[in-house]
Amino acid sequence: MTLIGDRQQLAYIASQAADARVNVELETEGMTLNIGPQHPATHGTLRIIARLDGEQVLWAEPSCGYMHRGYEKLTEVRTFPQVTALVNRIDWLGSFANEVPFILAAEQLMEIEAPPRAQWIRTILFELSRIANVSLFLGDLGVQLGAITPVFFAFRDREYVLNLIEGATGGRFHPNFDRIGGLKDDLPAGWVDETRAVMKKMRKFCDEIENLLFGNEIFESRTRGIGVIPRDVALQYGMSGANLRASGVDWDLRRDQSLPMAWDKVDWKVWTHLDGDSYARCWVRLQETRESTLIVERLLDTLPSGPVMTKVPRIIKVPEGEAWVSTENPLGEMGYYVVSKGDLGPFRVKIRSASFNNISIVPWLLKGVYVPDIITILASLYFILGDIDR
Amino acid sequence: MSSPTDSSAEATPRQDAMREQLLSDVSACLGSALVQSHINVGNDLCVRVSTDAWASSAAALKTSLGFDYFCFLSAIDWLPSPFGKGEEDPTAEPVERDTEIKQGLAGGETRMQVFARIVNHRTHVGITMKTDVPDATPVVPSWVSVFTGANWHEREAHEMFGISFAGHPDLRNMYLPTDFEGHPLRKDFPLLARMVKPWPGIVDVEPLPGGGDEDDAEGSAE
Repeated sequence: MTLIGDRQQLAYIASQAADARVNVELETEGMTLNIGPQHPATHGTLRIIARLDGEQVLWAEPSCGYMHRGYEKLTEVRTFPQVTALVNRIDWLGSFANEVPFILAAEQLMEIEAPPRAQWIRTILFELSRIANVSLFLGDLGVQLGAITPVFFAFRDREYVLNLIEGATGGRFHPNFDRIGGLKDDLPAGWVDETRAVMKKMRKFCDEIENLLFGNEIFESRTRGIGVIPRDVALQYGMSGANLRASGVDWDLRRDQSLPMAWDKVDWKVWTHLDGDSYARCWVRLQETRESTLIVERLLDTLPSGPVMTKVPRIIKVPEGEAWVSTENPLGEMGYYVVSKGDLGPFRVKIRSASFNNISIVPWLLKGVYVPDIITILASLYFILGDIDR
Repeated sequence: MSSPTDSSAEATPRQDAMREQLLSDVSACLGSALVQSHINVGNDLCVRVSTDAWASSAAALKTSLGFDYFCFLSAIDWLPSPFGKGEEDPTAEPVERDTEIKQGLAGGETRMQVFARIVNHRTHVGITMKTDVPDATPVVPSWVSVFTGANWHEREAHEMFGISFAGHPDLRNMYLPTDFEGHPLRKDFPLLARMVKPWPGIVDVEPLPGGGDEDDAEGSAE
């Protein structure tokens, strides 16, 4: 039996440890993980190709185009009133909100304005589509993290809002209700009271989600500090909506620009968060849904009477010019750059959709995160595939 | 121009002091790079810069005037479509069409223009920037070094219009297959569905039967 001195023993242990460290640092063979095109976390057909080193993402690249429908080309062969039926399908969860900026751009070129009652109803329906859209986000959020219950609540309660939209417009998902110069119809009888009742339900839904998710330890540890977007990066990438406000930028197009809509006629609050992480994005959306229900209620209180349609020619020719109108849609800033040559149809329509910019940050954002966080980060960015590909 | 609200608007020429001030700031910032400008009163300011200064003027506006929010970048093909709107019978003789290229606000000299929008997120005021794309070599400087977010927008413009962006790291197709030929958003790219069969929805714009005389194209706004 040989006695080894302490010093020798320590040296032996140190060399073993060094060997182990070398083994850990050895290059492992990377792996390419293909998420999608069909994946529950992608809300459609977004494919993400991620190069992994163990559990860590080296680079990730979204691959778009599975839903490209060429709307910008199609608008060039449609007349102005026909375009709303197309743009309805861009963000299919908040369809009515897609129609509004295009109609406003056409009205701006024609130098007409919808009557006050139409502006009010437009704003109410706009906010209803936001509630329908974001409530699904809030439910879906749980599913990405393994909590099944919230999504059932979301689908149950979204139905109330969809029923309202259907009651007023006749279409659950694609209302095609907005017209140049106003709206197709006035509200049906009893709609206002029903809306008030549903807004109370939606606030209760928000409370439920808050209790289920936002106080949950697992939810917090999976989202806090994950996927942090600093404000200057967010601005450079053109992030908008709740994603931008969650990075501490106090900017809401509903408040910060003057449009012939009714948002500035009532009191409401813009919610921001300073953290810029996944949690902040989810939290801002939750608060905004609640705020939207209040906006709807206050607008219903002040709903003016009168016609819902102004005088427009039966055959609409839009004068020559260019107009840019963007609004704060459920997903972020959605705008149309409409070029008219005085024809029945637009010459060129550039559709600036929110998700395209919001998702362009993904290669930057996913660099270095762990595989399970890919799903949370994508869920918290919240995109609709039709809104990316158009 | 037949809308009843026009008359009052024309009686008092509208002013936009805020955008006039902004324009003087922008022209002081850009100097000779600024070619032409147009104020869309109450709505927008549109400036056209020279092609060489496309990226540097964006950088200048970003650093000195605080236009730090990148909204979008795209292109316009000003060639009138040689195919019309697909409303004619595809078997009939092709009709004569206007082929004169006429640019929009803030003018231009070339068939295609790249345009983009940037916003100052503190004042919430945005401007539309345009630049000419040389007809012979459709290349403009890339904005990627100024706004990282321009990356995807330039890829989109590249595949849809065939415009190259000098300095862009990777101009792969976003939507179309790699071997796709042609640039779909150019006006001389036919929309094949319309070539085969005219759009049935076009009947919507025909005058309705029994509508009377006021149903002419401009009428009925009394």
